[in-house]
Amino acid sequence: MQPTLSFEQAPPISVPYRFFLTAPLFGAAAGLVLALLGPETLQSRWSPGALAMTHLIVVDFMLQAMCGSLLQFVAVVAGANIWRPRLVAAVVHPLITAGAIFLASAFLFEQPVLFLLAALVFVAALGTFLTVMAVALLRTPARGMSIHVLRLAVFGLLVTVVLGASLAITLGLPEDLSPDWPVLALVNVHVAWGLGGWALMLVIGVSYLVVPMFQLTPAYPVLLTRALPAGLFLVLCLWTLQLVPGPGGAPAWQSGVALAGVLLAGSYAVTTLWLQSRRRRRQADVTLKLWRGAMLSLAAFALSWIAFEAWPSLGESPRASVWLGVLALPGLFFSVITGMLYKIMPFLNWLHLQQQGGTGMPLPNMKQMIPEASMRGQMRLHFAALGLLLAAVVWPALTLPAGLAFTASCLWLERNLVGAARVYARFRDSVRAAAASRAAAHSDHA
Amino acid sequence: MSLPTQVLPDHHRHCDDLFVAAEESVQRSDWAAAAPAFARFRDQMQAHFEAEEAVLFPAFEAATGMSAGPTEMMRYEHEQMRSLLAQLAAACAARDGDTYGGVAETLLMLMQQHNMKEENILYPMCDQALGAEAERLGATIGAMLEPGKT
Repeated sequence: MQPTLSFEQAPPISVPYRFFLTAPLFGAAAGLVLALLGPETLQSRWSPGALAMTHLIVVDFMLQAMCGSLLQFVAVVAGANIWRPRLVAAVVHPLITAGAIFLASAFLFEQPVLFLLAALVFVAALGTFLTVMAVALLRTPARGMSIHVLRLAVFGLLVTVVLGASLAITLGLPEDLSPDWPVLALVNVHVAWGLGGWALMLVIGVSYLVVPMFQLTPAYPVLLTRALPAGLFLVLCLWTLQLVPGPGGAPAWQSGVALAGVLLAGSYAVTTLWLQSRRRRRQADVTLKLWRGAMLSLAAFALSWIAFEAWPSLGESPRASVWLGVLALPGLFFSVITGMLYKIMPFLNWLHLQQQGGTGMPLPNMKQMIPEASMRGQMRLHFAALGLLLAAVVWPALTLPAGLAFTASCLWLERNLVGAARVYARFRDSVRAAAASRAAAHSDHA
Repeated sequence: MSLPTQVLPDHHRHCDDLFVAAEESVQRSDWAAAAPAFARFRDQMQAHFEAEEAVLFPAFEAATGMSAGPTEMMRYEHEQMRSLLAQLAAACAARDGDTYGGVAETLLMLMQQHNMKEENILYPMCDQALGAEAERLGATIGAMLEPGKT
């Protein structure tokens, strides 16, 4: 059957916006957790505070923003709207939000039952989301590498959720009932699929389209667009072998596989920076700077990884993985997502106002949706917070200012996004009022 | 060989170049250069819309019987872009660099996501639907458009 090609431009604006407006609040919560719990949090990735903070960022900031964007983005790249977007958003958004709160609380207060609750809620939320996405991405007639990479990313999220739920069940059940699974290997594989197979894969798939689109850079080299996702996927599959008995668990094998993945990620970062340096549109806006900050963080992540391998005395410190985590989460993903939101929301505002029939009155253009100075200020604070977080890994005395700076930058982001949503609401109301008075005048006339 | 699916994406890139040339003149407040640069950009955008609406879309609609599908949406987006081009023309005439910059940003986003849909979805569908006729249409379309640098 020929799939229907609705070519609708977008799901209702409330569908992505509810995700976008929730996300920064949980970034702010992560910063507060750090500020309140203090230096111990950053001493090891296994501290309850670090685990809670990580999940507040990856689930409630990143996953929230990425789900919202993907619901929107699929309409453009696949040329078809997703199934019942309003209903899907109404189910998925509150469940992800609740699940992340359960999960962070489970780590912070060490409450086993909350792990079980979180697992249940996430399976329901992401089961719905993944089904709808898979249908949209598999039935599209669209061509291009991006679609394939997005399919891989959605698969990566599926693996992450299955492993995450298994871990939550292991931690949530009493010891005598708990399945005898290799927890450490499960964690390793869960983290790799979550950050590499889902989040980075999604960024890669989206970047093939948006990096050339925003700044008019040359396209990514065709060979790289194919080799990168395929290589990353292969690395993840090899990494997963540590879950079964055999050579997959050998340390030398594991460090070789991980290094291959890190080199792929690093080459992606360097290629993106190189393309951006060759852009035809010379102006450097906030989104471009945030993308560059993100790609520099990814390159720094790859270099740090190699250094930790080369000097085991550095790499064996429990703080080494916290350092990598800061570069990946606030450094890479937070920066990219912020940069994308600063483009997506102004454009969606304009697009939806336009569709409301705002042809009779002047509508604000994209640059009038969020003040440029406010985006630039928030970006600077975000990069300062990133610097402080990295410094706090080395000098724990900086933990409090780092946590507070990160919270402040998230709250500023929230203010900018709420401002954009308000501009939309204000103009929508005046467009409707104008339409109503035109209709009234028309009926009087008749 | 000049299939519409080769000619039109190349012309998208050409329009991008013309967009940048006009925007950069405006940013330098070089209005003497901006006016002809913008006029050239607008002319090529309009020629592109015309080539699709008068040649490619009718052929696709005749071949597939789909007149309310993708081509209708593309025509709608062309209208949106025409309206933004008119706003840019007014900003250019008024030498209002701020308005030009904001409207240009909006147009660029609309243009790029529109091109993406055409290049990844609609043009491949045209290739399939038009068969042997494609090459003749490609030549007709090519004659309507200014060639790019490549």
